[in-house]
Amino acid sequence: MGKILRINMRELTVRYEDLPDKYLLLGGRALTSALVADEVPPGAHALGENNKLVIAPGLLSGTTAPCSGRLSVGAKSPLTGTIKESNAGGITAQKVACLGIRAIVVEGRPAGEGFHLLVVGEDEAKLVPAGDLTGMGCYQLNEELWKRYGTKSGVISAGPAGEMRMVVAGVSTNDGEGHPGRYAGRGGLGAVMGSKGLKAIVVRTDKAFEVPVKNREAFKEAARKFAKAIAEHPVTNAALPAYGTAVLINILNEAGGLPTRNFSDGRFEAAALCSGEALAETVQKRGGKGRTGHVCHPGCLIRCSNIFADEKGEAVCAPVEYESAWALGPNCGISNLDHIAVLNRLCNDVGLDTIETGVTLGVLMEAGVLAFGDGEAAIDLLDREVRNGTPLGRILGGGAEAAGKLFGLTRVPTVKGQGMPAYDPRAVKGIGVTYATSTMGADHTAGYSVASNILKVGGFVDPLSPAGQVDLSRNLQIATAAVDATGLCLFTAFPLLDLDYALPSVVDMLNAQYGVNLTVDDVVDYGKEILKTERAFNRAAGFTEAHNRLPEFMRHEKLAPHGVTFDVPDEKLDEVFNF
Amino acid sequence: MELRVYATLRKYLPAQPLGEGTLFRFEPGTSVAGLLEQAGVPLDQVKIIMVNNRHAGPEHVLADGDRVAAFPPVAGG
Repeated sequence: MGKILRINMRELTVRYEDLPDKYLLLGGRALTSALVADEVPPGAHALGENNKLVIAPGLLSGTTAPCSGRLSVGAKSPLTGTIKESNAGGITAQKVACLGIRAIVVEGRPAGEGFHLLVVGEDEAKLVPAGDLTGMGCYQLNEELWKRYGTKSGVISAGPAGEMRMVVAGVSTNDGEGHPGRYAGRGGLGAVMGSKGLKAIVVRTDKAFEVPVKNREAFKEAARKFAKAIAEHPVTNAALPAYGTAVLINILNEAGGLPTRNFSDGRFEAAALCSGEALAETVQKRGGKGRTGHVCHPGCLIRCSNIFADEKGEAVCAPVEYESAWALGPNCGISNLDHIAVLNRLCNDVGLDTIETGVTLGVLMEAGVLAFGDGEAAIDLLDREVRNGTPLGRILGGGAEAAGKLFGLTRVPTVKGQGMPAYDPRAVKGIGVTYATSTMGADHTAGYSVASNILKVGGFVDPLSPAGQVDLSRNLQIATAAVDATGLCLFTAFPLLDLDYALPSVVDMLNAQYGVNLTVDDVVDYGKEILKTERAFNRAAGFTEAHNRLPEFMRHEKLAPHGVTFDVPDEKLDEVFNF
Repeated sequence: MELRVYATLRKYLPAQPLGEGTLFRFEPGTSVAGLLEQAGVPLDQVKIIMVNNRHAGPEHVLADGDRVAAFPPVAGG
């Protein structure tokens, strides 16, 4: 059941293969990580001939399972040197799944510099020269590809930063309006795509929910229960659709864990101005094309996305998320929502991970290259320097750790070379454990301990105490790996954590779709297996427990307002993967 | 003491500018629940309470000058 679509960029060949049986129950992150681990030598250069870019919809993608439209992108990361999976919403995962494609594997590297386009239709897939699209920003590119291939097409693309193999480059996917802002942002996967000479993949089908399901009645019943859980949970039924993910700005600020001006403070005096509440009120006041409660993929019931419009009501950016608003806002001392939205749009256009970009900007601000709070200088840096690949642009394009080294700084918030997301680990210690130990470098989505530390979802563990954080992070990392395999949006984890009947309904959907008999306990083993595969790859690539650490400054530099350091002992961190 | 309300709780203190607090005067010994009741914010809609940037329960007794923040169930990431 299902095919692998294998693209060789050296030979410029395209072929379909049957999915090997051992991958039958692997999807999303489980499949990208298995394929990378099986086929990429751990010592390979991430931008070289031997790395592979793997794109996989989740196990439930393309069915009527609510919120199941996530697309995983994996490779060896040029940013961290580890195995990497980053996933995105958008309309493409369901289309790929409906074409019977379980994974697209892009391998090899062209001898020359030219770029190609991969066009995947219902009957064939082909490579097309893309010389005229080279250098194009993702907004214009998406518009052009919709003109050529139809406005239902799913588009996966790299921007100019990816073409230039900058390690802050992400992989863009589009939403239903053709905006390119749904990003598999982390880990420099856009640079891997660029190194393959692949500008974009166009997926041509109108289908969204036509993946075959073995037991349709059982599936329908389980999907109904799962939809009920999402509709019943107050986070997924009220706060997220009304305010989007940026609703977290004020709460992290109140908790003293909002990283401000390159992680030098836990509170930002102007946080409220760039919060989810401010964003929603601005969108409402301006009208026009702006809106909240937007969906990123068909079948989404949560609607946490938004379209931010300018004063004339014209769309600037969709979506403005918490992580992006924070990275390009408080972390840079910027509170002007219009500047933040333009910076976010530029990241989407040039093809940059908003988190790594914001963290790198923060480091460059600390170095004095530009001033904290100077939104206009930051806009110029992205729009002119990075887009054109000037030496300064390439400094930003090299990511936070490289920028810190170039300017001789010690306050560089990275783990395994990847910039930290929007929670300071000194005041939210559970997420610090995840940042330190994740197989992916500093990554909040790998085990979202913020849920229990700050939001009181899935219980409560005091964020300021080291007690209980290792167990919390371990359990969440295992559960998250499994969720990432299903193609379900990670926000379904809130009802999954709080409502007893939610997880069994997911297991029932998988059983009904694939004709298997998994139990809830199997989900835990499934998550562990993914982590074991990823850890084995990383070990073979040279990573040890010594890499599972936060930067030294967080152990001795106290964070206001609580005056806390990161004090989870190293030997406790080494217990995270004790299975 | 100062109370800040966020997200869907903002409708109960509509005059409160975003990110700014509303000052209340109380007798010593007042709890967070008492403050919320006085302010007209229904306790059953409040999920997260912070007093001076730390999580607290509704029974937490307030002192002069405390900064209280109240949130409905919210999440993101």
